[in-house]
Amino acid sequence: MSAPLLSIEDVTVELPTPRGNLRAVDHVDLSLAPGRTLGIVGESGCGKTMLSRAVLQLLPKKAKLSGRVMFGGQDLARLAPESLRRLRARELAVVFQDPMTSLNPVLTIGTQLMETIQEHLELDAPAARKRSIELLAAVGIPAPEHRLAQYPHQCSGGMRQRIAIAIALSCEPKLLIADEPTTALDVTIQAQILDLLAREQRRRHMAMIIITHDLGVVAGRADEVAVMYAGRVVERAPTQALFKRMHMPYTEALLAAIPKLETAPHTPLPAISGRPPDPTRPLRGCSFAPRCRYAAARCREAKPELKAAETSGHLYACFHPIQMAEGIGA
Amino acid sequence: MTQPAAREQPLLSVDNLVVEYGLGNRTVHAVSGVSLHVARGETLGLVGESGCGKSTLGRAVLQLRRAKSGRVLFDGEDLTAMEGEALRKMRRRVQLIFQDPIASLNPRRRIGDIVAEPLIIAGVRDAAERKRRVHEVLLAVGLDPDLVAGRLPHEFSGGQCQRICIARSLVLNPEFIVCDEPVSALDVSIRAQILNLLEEMKARFGLTLLFIAHDLAVVKAVSDRVAVMYLGRLCEVGPSERLFAKPAHPYTGLLLEAIPVPDPDVRPAESVAIGEPPSPIAPPSGCRFRTRCPRADQRCSAEMPELREVAPGQFAACHHPLC
Ligand SMILES: Nc1ncnc2c1ncn2[C@@H]1O[C@H](COP(=O)(O)OP(=O)(O)OP(=O)(O)O)[C@@H](O)[C@H]1O
Ligand SMILES: Nc1ncnc2c1ncn2[C@@H]1O[C@H](COP(=O)(O)OP(=O)(O)OP(=O)(O)O)[C@@H](O)[C@H]1O
Ligand code: SF4
Ligand code: SF4
Ligand SMILES: [Mg+2]
Ligand SMILES: [Mg+2]
Repeated sequence: MSAPLLSIEDVTVELPTPRGNLRAVDHVDLSLAPGRTLGIVGESGCGKTMLSRAVLQLLPKKAKLSGRVMFGGQDLARLAPESLRRLRARELAVVFQDPMTSLNPVLTIGTQLMETIQEHLELDAPAARKRSIELLAAVGIPAPEHRLAQYPHQCSGGMRQRIAIAIALSCEPKLLIADEPTTALDVTIQAQILDLLAREQRRRHMAMIIITHDLGVVAGRADEVAVMYAGRVVERAPTQALFKRMHMPYTEALLAAIPKLETAPHTPLPAISGRPPDPTRPLRGCSFAPRCRYAAARCREAKPELKAAETSGHLYACFHPIQMAEGIGA
Repeated sequence: MTQPAAREQPLLSVDNLVVEYGLGNRTVHAVSGVSLHVARGETLGLVGESGCGKSTLGRAVLQLRRAKSGRVLFDGEDLTAMEGEALRKMRRRVQLIFQDPIASLNPRRRIGDIVAEPLIIAGVRDAAERKRRVHEVLLAVGLDPDLVAGRLPHEFSGGQCQRICIARSLVLNPEFIVCDEPVSALDVSIRAQILNLLEEMKARFGLTLLFIAHDLAVVKAVSDRVAVMYLGRLCEVGPSERLFAKPAHPYTGLLLEAIPVPDPDVRPAESVAIGEPPSPIAPPSGCRFRTRCPRADQRCSAEMPELREVAPGQFAACHHPLC
């Protein structure tokens, strides 16, 4: 494997709240090589977005970050604001769940695209316009030259997400972070957007992080998957290895809870009871213990650390790993 | 339209329903001639892409949006012809659960009052009786009435808010509930809890459900039959198992292919879906799906396909069905 493009080293993010200190990300280590895709999966509130904001150095003002985020050999936390801004503009791009987060409602699509392009690529207006049309065509927007004059609200949700992707790709980033890029979209549009991201990624040899709460989204599309729970990475493995033989009870439960098309109607779903712990009241033992069907005394007293499984690159944090988890969805 | 005359009179039957919205001087053709029925004790799933008219249909069933034409028969009576007191009485028997559980709860009212509200509207004057009912339904949805009744919505998670909404919808002992995307806003783990809860409540209270969702696997998990909608029209309706194993309408086939499968050995089918749905302001002539359909031909743009029975109980509106 080549040297990592991104390495997240022992990153912790804490936020002061009226209820006390909230540890949104808890000692996370991850790395990503150029051109590869990492999927980050977990329930709402487990810290996926905070982790990606830590990578982008776009944390809320009062947030406290510790650990290092190395990108292309540089520690992002130590970069001067100006160099960081340039880096974010040219090498790091992000697509959010709600495309309106990155689109400006009062500017036409053409203006937004051309501004971004001109800022990053030092092109004159006609060249930037030409480039905008090419990008819109590349992301599957029909009649792109007509779209330039339109405003975001004149487009459907799927179109807006395509436009947000076009803007994100316009600077030819080395890393694209897609934070639930399709959660708000229909299945048919979701498939198109995921295909689009995969195609552009291959073409540009860009690295990508896909954040989602749906294991189905990452299964066929990520090289490696990290499962997060209560701020921590609790299992991490090459995608094939994870689905063939998961070791974390949480990963198993998350997969089992997804309704499957093969299952007969009215079959009760294996739901995970309860919900994640209050992040301002961390548990002494394993955070999953109150919901885990394998939990034993030790799980409530000590925190399981990540350790290596047999397959190289596979890590899990559990005292009672499940040994032979046949792919439940298979 | 031709659908099987159920052996028993269906609890709900929707007959050639047309619902439109005015948008400036244009018309949104949200529901354009939909017919379906739901037997007593049955769950009918309703799926389709965003904007295809699912919520509009659900709301028109409850008369929250009046139809332009067509009929909605509930237990033999035409709701579209009802007004005032008669309609209010009927509404006690039909309830609605919304997609966004947090937004559908008044943030300034206590949970106990929120759940009791339908009782007050329905004229249940006895406070002790109201309290007893609220207690009963909160328990039924898995919440501790003593702990939750006095608290405010913001103190609860999305999944808990949906439980509260379900409790509120059950408090009048309805016969029929329209569930409009009740789990779409919830996490995978909480989603499974709520789906199980709905199934339990259905069995316990003898409910009949119209279950709206855009996730086919979710719909299959709870539905006896499934209806697929596209751009205001019904494409296909049939028994769940049959419809998913052998879809007849190309649109149903496409929806099935687009589902992400949690198995890395199943390569996602590249670009199964062609483009996006056209605008309901100017829907295509003939078959509304023809602009995205790989099987479309001349006839599809000239002639609107009617629902036809392709297998026992399975109906599809297509000139060139898959089976
Ligand atoms: N601005 C903020 N101030 C304080 N706490 C926050 C803030 N934003 C998020 N949090 C908290 O940090 C934790 C992690 O949130 P984060 O948004 O990273 O979760 P997530 O995994 O992205 O969830 P989702 O799937 O809902 O997007 C949560 O407990 C959340 O409530
Ligand atoms: N009040 C309204 N005024 C004008 N148009 C409306 C109104 N409500 C809905 N529409 C339009 O009617 C069509 C059907 O909308 P509806 O909300 O019924 O769809 P849906 O299938 O429930 O979609 P979703 O999955 O997004 O909830 C859409 O084109 C929508 O934009
Ligand atoms: S450490 Fe214990 S509680 Fe935690 S996941 Fe493993 S078995 Fe379950
Ligand atoms: S009628 Fe024609 S366009 Fe419509 S679904 Fe059938 S084959 Fe496709
Ligand atoms: Mg998030
Ligand atoms: Mg709707």
